[in-house]
Amino acid sequence: MGDLLSAAISIAFHGLALAMVLYLISVGLSVTMGLMGFVNLAHGAFAMAGGYGLTTLMGRLHLPFGLALVGAIVIVVLASFVLERLLYRRLYGGDELDQVLMTMGLIFMTVGAATYFWGPVAQPIHPPDLISGQIHLGSRDFPAYRSFLILCGVVLVTGLWLGLERTRFGAQVRAAVDNLRMAQSIGINTSRLFALTFALGSGLAALGGALGADFLPIVPGYALGNLVYFLIVVAVGGLGSIRGPFVAALLIGTADTAFKYIAPELGAFFIYALTMAILLWRPRGLFGHA
Amino acid sequence: MIGPAHIRATLTGIAIAALAVAGGISTASAQTVKIGLINSYSGFLAQAGDQMQKGIDLYVKEHEKDLPPGVKIEIIKRDDAAAPEVGKRVAQELITRDHVQLLVGVVGSPIAAAVAPLTQEAKVPLVITNAAGAAIPRISPYLVRVSFTLWQQAYPLGQWAAKQNWKTAYTAVSDFIPGHDAEGAFTKGWSDAGLKMLGAVRFPTTNPDFAPFVQRIKDAKPDVAFIWPPAGEQATSVLKAVRDLGLRQAGINIVSTQDLVPDEELPNMGDVAVGLVTAGTYSSAADRPANKAFLAAWNKEYAGKAIPDFLSVDGWDGMSAVFDLIKQTKGKFTGDEAIKFLTNWKTANSPRGPISVDPATRDIVQNVYMRKAEMKDGKLANVEFDTIPNVKDPWKEQNPPK
Repeated sequence: MGDLLSAAISIAFHGLALAMVLYLISVGLSVTMGLMGFVNLAHGAFAMAGGYGLTTLMGRLHLPFGLALVGAIVIVVLASFVLERLLYRRLYGGDELDQVLMTMGLIFMTVGAATYFWGPVAQPIHPPDLISGQIHLGSRDFPAYRSFLILCGVVLVTGLWLGLERTRFGAQVRAAVDNLRMAQSIGINTSRLFALTFALGSGLAALGGALGADFLPIVPGYALGNLVYFLIVVAVGGLGSIRGPFVAALLIGTADTAFKYIAPELGAFFIYALTMAILLWRPRGLFGHA
Repeated sequence: MIGPAHIRATLTGIAIAALAVAGGISTASAQTVKIGLINSYSGFLAQAGDQMQKGIDLYVKEHEKDLPPGVKIEIIKRDDAAAPEVGKRVAQELITRDHVQLLVGVVGSPIAAAVAPLTQEAKVPLVITNAAGAAIPRISPYLVRVSFTLWQQAYPLGQWAAKQNWKTAYTAVSDFIPGHDAEGAFTKGWSDAGLKMLGAVRFPTTNPDFAPFVQRIKDAKPDVAFIWPPAGEQATSVLKAVRDLGLRQAGINIVSTQDLVPDEELPNMGDVAVGLVTAGTYSSAADRPANKAFLAAWNKEYAGKAIPDFLSVDGWDGMSAVFDLIKQTKGKFTGDEAIKFLTNWKTANSPRGPISVDPATRDIVQNVYMRKAEMKDGKLANVEFDTIPNVKDPWKEQNPPK
């Protein structure tokens, strides 16, 4: 019985850690897709860029973890401003198929570019001593880095929720999404607003990619290989919501881990079955607007 | 059923046959030997593909000057994207459009299985430099393998584990051809000694987190766990889960083939890999003179950028066989002449030690080394501590062709 409980705690903990990685990366996609109505399939590329930024700044320039993390996010955010002005802006409010085609093209370009600059080998990541190793809690040991990830996820969801629900910026974004022309006519600078929102989404992706690099290895095929996970979280959670992807990531991360543990032969399919069941029940996701 | 697909297949067959004849004539005067190289430059095997490519490129660069006067080699590279259907398509293009005399490469076993029938139709031999599925050379008489099989390593490993005073074992493998081979081989080597298996688990080939599978092993409390992921990012991820769940601290011994601790990943793996025992065909830490020479050439080209592993050496040895063929025939050979030469090929100077092709099975015979991950010259390395000489593929010996 003690063993069973111990295994259950372990599975719950590791499921939670996986959920947080999924959330950290996907929430940015939910922001751009839901708030701006833009199907940005290349979202994972921004996460990958965050991961490469972190490992390169740490490995080649020997910056400390915290500084490298901030540096990686800043680089990705700046790059996203440029991309937004040059590419994404042209397709706002356009055909969804065009958006999908352009962002898929971007993914393939990032695969080639990453292979060219970093080669196909996964980038090593070395978290600082403070958050590696084990944390003793009661009679159990918990891996410190996974505990750190869980903490990050909780802080982020709180911060984002307050930021988008309780600030003037958040109110402007929501107004622009609900009725673009009305928002423009009452003097909201929607062009600037969308640029900021897009940068926010990309920055969140970079944060998730960098922090999650210990889980989802940073390789050139990252954006394509993990796309399905990000899309599942966003679809199940509901577009444009901050809480939705959080609940969805929790559900999928823990259920995926638990079922792979209980029934490993079927475990890999379970995540897709669950997604289908939820979407049949609520086609707009758990927290999506009708 | 006769439909457009059927007709197209027939036409392709005719085209291949016609071109094979044309190819046979043209080689009589050609001084450039065209070789088709099929490798995974993208997809989930890209990392392995890159290691193999570096070995191939290095051999060509070092030995191009040794070719007979007037004979040149042209290598046409094609990406199979780690997908069997793409591999088959590029093989077809190489044979029918580029008229290659020989195919080399292939990382993934499912890809090799897809390409194999074409080699028989067109009588163009394929020198396999990785794909390790035990049964593959039986698909076509135009296949020769210079890499290894999982049975070659995991079966002696199972026998070795059975002698370690361990009573119970568990296997966890990646759910595709080589994983199944590794599982079967280890289990056979272990169970033949009358010892007990506590269970087996197979994990999906694309999987973000291995914690649930590692937890199953931990719950079963075996004395020894055989864990087999394909070399590359999966190996690193598996070991991270082993570290995070404290599997080794729980008293569970972990053994594997060389795929779990590839030489190029080992220095990044850290404490969790220290002391791991694996069976393998090549370690860059080996002291053989041929390996020293190989490493010297490698470091001149790639020092600071890459560390060679078994894939690099398999690529190197594959080209060594191809070069010997060209030197022997001055570049003028038919598919049948080539396969006859390659089937009897051997060298004493592989970085792996002496290797040869078994004429009966067209599969490689080589030493298998027991290695332990420990510090050597300030770096974590797979240090050989025992040699099992001249191992033939045990699967083929135990499963003779019907």
